[in-house]
Amino acid sequence: MESNELNSPDYEIPPELQAQVAITSLDKIYNWGRSASVWPLMFGLACCAIEMICAAASRFDIARFGMEIMRPSPRQSDLMIISGTVTKKMIPIIVRLYNQMPEPKYVLAMGACASGGGPFKEGYNVVSGVDKFIPVDVYVPGCPPTPQALLNGLMKIQEKIKGESIKTARWYQKGPDMAEIPVPMLGPDLIDPRKITLIQNGKKN
Amino acid sequence: MATPVATPAPAQTLDLPARFPGVLNPDTRPGYSGWILDNANLLKFATALRDELGYDYLSSVTAVDYLPEGKMEVVYHVYKTTGGAGVVFKIQVPRADPMEVPSLVSIYPGAELQEREAWDLFGIKFTGHPDLRRILMWEGFAGHPMRKDWHEPYFEEEAKPLKSRWPDGRMIMAESKNLFGDNISYPDGFNPESQTFDPEKALYEALRSYQKDEVGLDTDHIIVNMGPQHPSTHGVFRVAVVLDGEKIVNLKPVMGYLHRNHEKIGERNTFIMNMPYTDRLDYLSSMSNNFGYALAVEKLMNVKPTERAEYIRVMMAEMTRIASHLMAIGALLNDLGAYFTPMLYALEERELLLDIFEAVSGSRMMCNYFRFGGVARDLPEGTLQKIKGLFFERLPRKIEEIDRFLSENEIIRSRGIGQGVLTAEDAIKYSAAGPLLRASGIPYDVRRAEPYSIYDRFEFDVVVRTNGDIYDRLMVRFDEIRQSIRIVQQAVKQLPNGPVMALKPMYQVRVPPGEAYGRVEGPKGELGFYVISNGKPTPWRYHVRAPSFINLTAFGPICIGQKLADVVAVLGSIDIVLGEVDR
Repeated sequence: MESNELNSPDYEIPPELQAQVAITSLDKIYNWGRSASVWPLMFGLACCAIEMICAAASRFDIARFGMEIMRPSPRQSDLMIISGTVTKKMIPIIVRLYNQMPEPKYVLAMGACASGGGPFKEGYNVVSGVDKFIPVDVYVPGCPPTPQALLNGLMKIQEKIKGESIKTARWYQKGPDMAEIPVPMLGPDLIDPRKITLIQNGKKN
Repeated sequence: MATPVATPAPAQTLDLPARFPGVLNPDTRPGYSGWILDNANLLKFATALRDELGYDYLSSVTAVDYLPEGKMEVVYHVYKTTGGAGVVFKIQVPRADPMEVPSLVSIYPGAELQEREAWDLFGIKFTGHPDLRRILMWEGFAGHPMRKDWHEPYFEEEAKPLKSRWPDGRMIMAESKNLFGDNISYPDGFNPESQTFDPEKALYEALRSYQKDEVGLDTDHIIVNMGPQHPSTHGVFRVAVVLDGEKIVNLKPVMGYLHRNHEKIGERNTFIMNMPYTDRLDYLSSMSNNFGYALAVEKLMNVKPTERAEYIRVMMAEMTRIASHLMAIGALLNDLGAYFTPMLYALEERELLLDIFEAVSGSRMMCNYFRFGGVARDLPEGTLQKIKGLFFERLPRKIEEIDRFLSENEIIRSRGIGQGVLTAEDAIKYSAAGPLLRASGIPYDVRRAEPYSIYDRFEFDVVVRTNGDIYDRLMVRFDEIRQSIRIVQQAVKQLPNGPVMALKPMYQVRVPPGEAYGRVEGPKGELGFYVISNGKPTPWRYHVRAPSFINLTAFGPICIGQKLADVVAVLGSIDIVLGEVDR
């Protein structure tokens, strides 16, 4: 981190120590570390996953942002890149993976399908956007987004991380936000446990 | 100019009705071909076709719902692995539940997954099928979605363009019309709290139905699920295996996690609207997919692309093959444990090919470049120079380099040679296609067996290896890249000048009624499009014969008896793309 990016509190540092000592806030140093080591979940859904692989390869080189360590296990990852069409058959697994990720966790919806269903929205097995079930931090448009667009989205995640504070961070607080998301079930169609009363009262349309 | 090389043996004039008197009725609907037969004669006819006439390769099985006529039809396409034209035969059943058709699995085991798909999407019961479960949707899903009278939750109209979009242009969100504000609908009186159904039960029952080995110790067998979130399944693919220690005693592929309803959406779309959707089938080789679909619709329209367009098409299809095989090689090496290093070499070359795709079509992956009667636009300035540089200088050298690094490697040899063997007979039996078939010693390549486009003008070899193991499948891909480079080199030299479109540009093409089956040799194998038109702007039936999907029929038989760790390597060597498996 450049010294001009640090907070400049009013503490006077003696000139002979200025090369060795810098004063900053805990938030800044903590977020700097976090934002430069976001480990994505190694999780490819569809076409966008190929562009995600290309972003990790030599030409685009995701490693420049400290994000090259893709973990296949949700327990070890901070960022979930939803790279492709979310189907009704797949969404229970995605929600379960999301629940298994430790806080702090972020979600990036890559491409049109993950953001809102995309070209396949009308399909009977397609969920119209992953944000119907899990909270999304950054949406990246495109079908598929180029690796440059994905990198831009990842930089937005970094910006978001840098704006957070330990004191107010959600994952250090107690409250409903920490609750797990109920896992959808497969029945005659997809059943969202949060909508059960609506389904019981609803008639066939 | 290269001399045209050996074309397949001229199609023999088969007198099928004389051979099967009273069994076959010719399909006389305008634009249709093939034979219609009865349920009772199907098995006898298919056995004779395979054993006496040599039609040993079942390419495609699919169903068509003729709702207005009140019947369903099952369509079979069979070919000879020695080449030549195929035979199409059909079974018609009245449209009433239950619809029963004898299963062909006992004669052509390659029908297994395809019949399951027809059961899942159309509700046709194949009697005698060993494992008739739903395949793309889950057990318990309400209805059979490809039936014409089944409507999806976001249903607006039977055909596009939707009136709400055009000509009125007042777009309404599909959610706002749905009762739940979401893409869901339930049968009448459904109460989720009273549901006790387990969608996984049928799978585990099918897994347990195997012959227990009576010899030796009686050990406990355990069931292990790999995927759908697993780094080695190349996407959202799931493998359920029964293990005896490390040894696999039974294996079932589970798919549908990326079932994006290509066929249902495709039957609402107009013909040209489907072109970008084909890109997203096998998303590593969009140009090949375009090619297959364009061929099928051009057959119906009776249009011939211009000369220059034909050459550009072949060049693009072969470049796609190289890009796809590079990815396959890199991914297989990932699966064998060479984490990401060979992949980086492969992706470096693939990026250069993607640059060319981006230059000609505007997109790296989803090219949407082919049109009926040609291609969307001519090669931009300087692209030909770039292709020449790549194909005469860089690629031949780089492929040899990657080959040198990999093919003598001790780990690849010991994990590949003699492992995951698929014999020649089994490969034909299970309707395997592409590198999987050719690595088993069957020199079957649609480009040569039934040449389409202008492939009869090029000199190239049909790559074949004889052992049918993982190593041979890897080597076949290297050899095919070399042959594709040869084809592109010839095409660049012969490329004529002229227009790239045979038709005037139009928003909607007029397609006369009829059926067509267009097949190309995609990177993964034989890619077929079965399209039926009834003269309307949208296809009545749009079916994709996906090579990745059908190649998985052989996946279980290859793996049974192997160790668990080899499943990953076998899967990598089959090279599936989930967009195409699930469609």
